[in-house]
Amino acid sequence: MPTASILIQAESVSREYRLGETVIRAVNAVSLAVEQGEFLALLGSSGSGKSTLLSLMAGLDRPTSGAIRVRERNLAELEPDDLARYRRETVGMVFQSFNLLPRMTLEENVELPLRLAEVDRPDRESRVSEALERVGLGPRRRHRPSELSGGEQQRGALARALVNRPAILFADEPTGNLDSVNGEQILLLLREIQNALGMTIIMVTHERPLAEKFANRIALLSDGRLVSDGVQP
Amino acid sequence: MKTRDLSELAARNLREAVLRNSLTTLGVAVGVASLVAMLSLGVGLQTLASQRLTRSGLFDAVFVTSQRNFRGPRRPPPPDSAPKQDSRPLDEDTRQQLAKLSNVTEVYPQIRFVTDVRYASKTETTSVLGLPDSSRLSGAFDGMTGAYFSSPTANEAILQIEFAKVLSDQPPSLVGKDLTLRYAERAALSKDAESDDSLLDSVMGSGAPGGISIVPREKSLRIVGVIESDPSAGIGGFGGARVYLPLITAEQLHVAQPDDVQTFLSGNSAKPSYMALTVRVHSPKDVPQVEAAIKQLGFATFSLLDATKSLRLVFTVFDLFLGLFGSLALTVASLGIINTLVMAILERRREIGILKALGATDRDVRSLFFAEAGAMGFFGGFFGVALGWLIGQALTWGTTIYLHKQNLPGVKISYVPWWLALGAIGFAIIVSLVAGLYPAARAARLNPVEALRYE
Repeated sequence: MPTASILIQAESVSREYRLGETVIRAVNAVSLAVEQGEFLALLGSSGSGKSTLLSLMAGLDRPTSGAIRVRERNLAELEPDDLARYRRETVGMVFQSFNLLPRMTLEENVELPLRLAEVDRPDRESRVSEALERVGLGPRRRHRPSELSGGEQQRGALARALVNRPAILFADEPTGNLDSVNGEQILLLLREIQNALGMTIIMVTHERPLAEKFANRIALLSDGRLVSDGVQP
Repeated sequence: MKTRDLSELAARNLREAVLRNSLTTLGVAVGVASLVAMLSLGVGLQTLASQRLTRSGLFDAVFVTSQRNFRGPRRPPPPDSAPKQDSRPLDEDTRQQLAKLSNVTEVYPQIRFVTDVRYASKTETTSVLGLPDSSRLSGAFDGMTGAYFSSPTANEAILQIEFAKVLSDQPPSLVGKDLTLRYAERAALSKDAESDDSLLDSVMGSGAPGGISIVPREKSLRIVGVIESDPSAGIGGFGGARVYLPLITAEQLHVAQPDDVQTFLSGNSAKPSYMALTVRVHSPKDVPQVEAAIKQLGFATFSLLDATKSLRLVFTVFDLFLGLFGSLALTVASLGIINTLVMAILERRREIGILKALGATDRDVRSLFFAEAGAMGFFGGFFGVALGWLIGQALTWGTTIYLHKQNLPGVKISYVPWWLALGAIGFAIIVSLVAGLYPAARAARLNPVEALRYE
């Protein structure tokens, strides 16, 4: 049984893909427990299965076998609508390529999760402003993504991930498309938010120095298997 | 997602690919326009035919004759028939009685006779018919040369074109000229005028009237119009006439009728009787009820109601075929919607992935695509109805020009009733939604991880 402080519990999780006759096991029997308020870095080289594991924990995909329990609910067994609600209410996501919708302004992008969650309009405005202020993009709210720098776009994506006040923030290579200065700024922001809001952050990266600098726990994956799992000093 | 948010997102998506979506919407509009134009043509022609027939009086009239008139002159009465106490004459009392029946608008006699007409030096024998004032609205006199009678009691005549040609090489020149009717007037004789009362009493009984006299008369009438069509068939007669008079004028002539002798012998010669009465009702649907009521009063009746049922059947089949041809264009347009939305899925695959990652349900994504398809259907339907109406107007315009060149009055051959406009828009939306079923389902099924990986 998971302890009271454990938020996410992966139990022998596997994810296989079939390409013709070939079966590719992207995640292979990984067991992992993430506690409330942790900043966990999933570290590994390209193709190690870290992004696949993140997708499984974020409810974007379902494991082929095993279980992922979040607050004691097994994501693998949730109905599609319940899984969508989990992504909408419990999870915030930041991607390597920002994934802001280019046709919308920054504030419209940030408002999108609130629309999906059917939050009332008057409440939306204040929450969008609060999220944008938190990432320092208040003055840029009317700009479209193409009018923002890479760092600003990622901060905008972070504001969008935070606007629903999620319990868990998943970040998939958030610095992958940024230079080192902007990358560090984003991670500083992540840690600041973690400290301020007590949020659990699970970040995928292949940059060990950054992981060691900002995460308080590093799980190393290789060929879909969990190789090591250690708390940072 | 709330409906308002869904609508806003759908509107935004439609605006972003404005050219492609406009072309798709135009495709729907053209499809709907062809459907509306075809059906409006069918409805217009049906309305035109119905109006003409209704105005002609064929279908909202019951023709009444005395029971005895329906037996041949040499045909004996049926062996089981009782003495004909129900063979009532069609006199003024009957006319008033029929006029009081519910849903009856007008009762008028058929005053028709064959007589000599003199114009200039020519004398021709022809048939004359009295027209009720309501025939002014029958449509038969639209476009005639000259004008309709100035009043219901005017001493005026309208000539049928063939007869006018007999009188003059230039029929229109007859308007404003006078002609003379030579006819036989029927007058009742009082008993006092008889020379041998006892002889008459021995034949007719002591209560019988004195008798009738037939006196030759002449009447001068002003020709006010020349008509090309034959209005009499629709106004209560069963055959054409060549000269038309106002009904009251014709009645006042007291022209001897073929059944005057029989009326005299039946002892009713004091009151003039009519060969037939035409009973007009509010609408064709009142005909059966009025017809039954008249039969109960002991008269023979005839109506053309069954013909309207056949007419409706013909037009329903006609509309069906027009609708099928119109629908073909809409079917092609729906393929355009499917194509546009499938292309949109490919283009917006990543966007769908982002929406799903942010918590959109399959239903949200499906609804979004449905809303876009529905909006294209609505606007396509709306503009299609407008375009279809314009095509109909153009057809009416072209037809009117052609008819005017043929010296015929213009007609409205296309008509878009409100039910056709709303139905076409609704149909366009339904077709668009059906066309959006597959793309929407495909978009909803997208795996968010795969969609996010798509560049």
